[in-house]
Amino acid sequence: MLDATQNNAPIIQMNNIEKHFGNIIALAGVSFDVRPGECHCLLGDNGAGKSTFIKTMSGVHQPTKGEILFEGQPMNFATPRDAMEAGIATVFQDLAMIPLMSVTRNFFMGREPTKGSGLLKRFDVDHANQVTMEQMRQMGINLRGPDQAVGTLSGGERQTVAIARAVYFGAKVLILDEPTSALGVRQTSNVLATIDKVRAQGIGVVFISHNVRHALAVGDRFTVLNRGKTLGTAKRGEITPEQLQDLMAGGQEMAQLEGSLGGTV
Amino acid sequence: MSEHTQTVADERIKNEPFMTRMMKKPELGAIAGVILVTLFFLITADPVMFSLSGVMNFMTPAAQLGILAIGAAMLMIGGEFDLSIGSMVAFAGLFFGVCIVTWGLPLIFAIPLTFAFAAGVGATNGMIVIRSGLPSFIVTLAFLFILRGLSLVGLKAATGGSTQLRGVRDATENDFLAPFFAGDAFGGLFLWLAENGWVDTFKNGNPKVPGVPVEIIWFIVLALIATYILLRTPAGNWIFAAGGDTNAASNSGVPVNRVKITLFMVTACCAALVAIITVMDAGSTDSRRGFQKEFEAIIAAVIGGCLLTGGYGSAIGAFFGSIIFGMVVIGLTYTDFDQDWFQVFLGGMLLIAVLFNNAIRKRVTGER
Ligand SMILES: Nc1ncnc2c1ncn2[C@@H]1O[C@H](COP(=O)(O)OP(=O)(O)O)[C@@H](O)[C@H]1O
Ligand SMILES: [Mg+2]
Repeated sequence: MLDATQNNAPIIQMNNIEKHFGNIIALAGVSFDVRPGECHCLLGDNGAGKSTFIKTMSGVHQPTKGEILFEGQPMNFATPRDAMEAGIATVFQDLAMIPLMSVTRNFFMGREPTKGSGLLKRFDVDHANQVTMEQMRQMGINLRGPDQAVGTLSGGERQTVAIARAVYFGAKVLILDEPTSALGVRQTSNVLATIDKVRAQGIGVVFISHNVRHALAVGDRFTVLNRGKTLGTAKRGEITPEQLQDLMAGGQEMAQLEGSLGGTV
Repeated sequence: MSEHTQTVADERIKNEPFMTRMMKKPELGAIAGVILVTLFFLITADPVMFSLSGVMNFMTPAAQLGILAIGAAMLMIGGEFDLSIGSMVAFAGLFFGVCIVTWGLPLIFAIPLTFAFAAGVGATNGMIVIRSGLPSFIVTLAFLFILRGLSLVGLKAATGGSTQLRGVRDATENDFLAPFFAGDAFGGLFLWLAENGWVDTFKNGNPKVPGVPVEIIWFIVLALIATYILLRTPAGNWIFAAGGDTNAASNSGVPVNRVKITLFMVTACCAALVAIITVMDAGSTDSRRGFQKEFEAIIAAVIGGCLLTGGYGSAIGAFFGSIIFGMVVIGLTYTDFDQDWFQVFLGGMLLIAVLFNNAIRKRVTGER
């Protein structure tokens, strides 16, 4: 896996990305790239700017400064739809799901399969239902029916639908924003296994987490964000869990805390 | 494999009791309402109400309102309101009247021009709502007054001081497009039915009901098209998504702004259609046309199961909601009740519908 990350050109490369919201500087020059078949973890404490960063990657935000190269070409995603069409699938932290709509309608939202042509071009509901049930079963969730409203699913189940949807459409890059933070142990290992499977298909995965153990379980490279800046990128095996943990907390404070808590954190 | 998926799904759907499944249909309340109101008038009203001519009598106002309500329902499902549709009827009526009378245009030009004009106003509404991020409620409330005022001013300018523009009938009487927007459809069929003695006739053998008023045909066709779009096209999915959660929809690749602006245009065009039909029917247009229709249309949509918060509802529901409306307005004249009970009835229906919809929403989303 390490070889793969060294030899392949990045699918997407973000150079010195800055993002300002009014006078708030959410990102102050972040560089990051993803290669085919790797899982690149983006770590950082709450408010570090992880979500903002991946939103510039998926077309939700336009960077204030900086450059995005997609397969080597400068690229400017004006809308999430543009990014999707380029092959970037994202599971947002808030999941981007609509509780009042059925699982199928959510699954295919914005990318509805059609049949027929001209005026008779219509949403192929049967096909959509079938795919949804199939994909959900593969993720270990048995729906009551494809028309079950997302609002009736548990948090973990919703997360799983969102991931299944992104995996199903994720052509080149799959971005997961804290997919494991709301999940139980079993579902977490399910998600980590899914990441491994997707990566094996040659897709580049961006995995956001503030849980070092989850990141170390699947990550090939680790980039730590702190207060809108990168503190550096490390390859698997080059860094210990303790070092990662320290970096995430911005260094010293964590070391002090750890001392006073007796190394339990 | 796929066969198997289907059977698993079906088994599980069948486990759900029939009532629970029906409860999930947004239009359930409106259908139940139609049944209740029908029962009420069967007991209290003169049986003439449910004769063929009686039915046409209440279906005509129901249809005129319903065309607006279907537009309003789609817009509400898309998460927005349009309080200016009543004024839009007057404004489009004025524009149409000026096209016909002042400019002497034939219907083949006047009608598309009126729709284009209305769509332009609708797009302006939508654009302001999207660009400013303000609630559509307040933006279109402003347009409620602006358009009503412009209709008055425009009418006076066009007529030299009057608030009524006459002469539409004379100018359109022989137009080949007129039968699509005025009068009754299926006249031949009704004559044939009369000849066979299947419908009531006058002494001279002509049927008492000469045909189906065109607005009823438009109403039914629009309800079917709107339902098809909502339930069976990608655009329908986008409308539900845009109304359910703008952010989530946009992040999932739904062109939310385009969807919403289009819906504002469609709603305004529904108002224009009502304007064209009613102006041709009356032969003139005046500034009070469509007065307070925005509220009635929204009420019909809500009775039809639309949530005020968007993302849920149905066009068929709005269809039945409008029929309830027509039945109550006209039905009371067939009873001994004072007609002014109408407003009480209406407010009561609205309140019950909102309470009912709220309960349904909680059930669907599993919220407690
Ligand atoms: N739309 C926005 N407007 C203003 N500030 C924002 C916006 N989005 C994020 N921020 C700010 O940017 C910072 C980073 O947020 P975020 O990217 O969500 O962090 P993380 O995902 O790492 O927890 C926070 O201080 C947050 O308040
Ligand atoms: Mg975040």
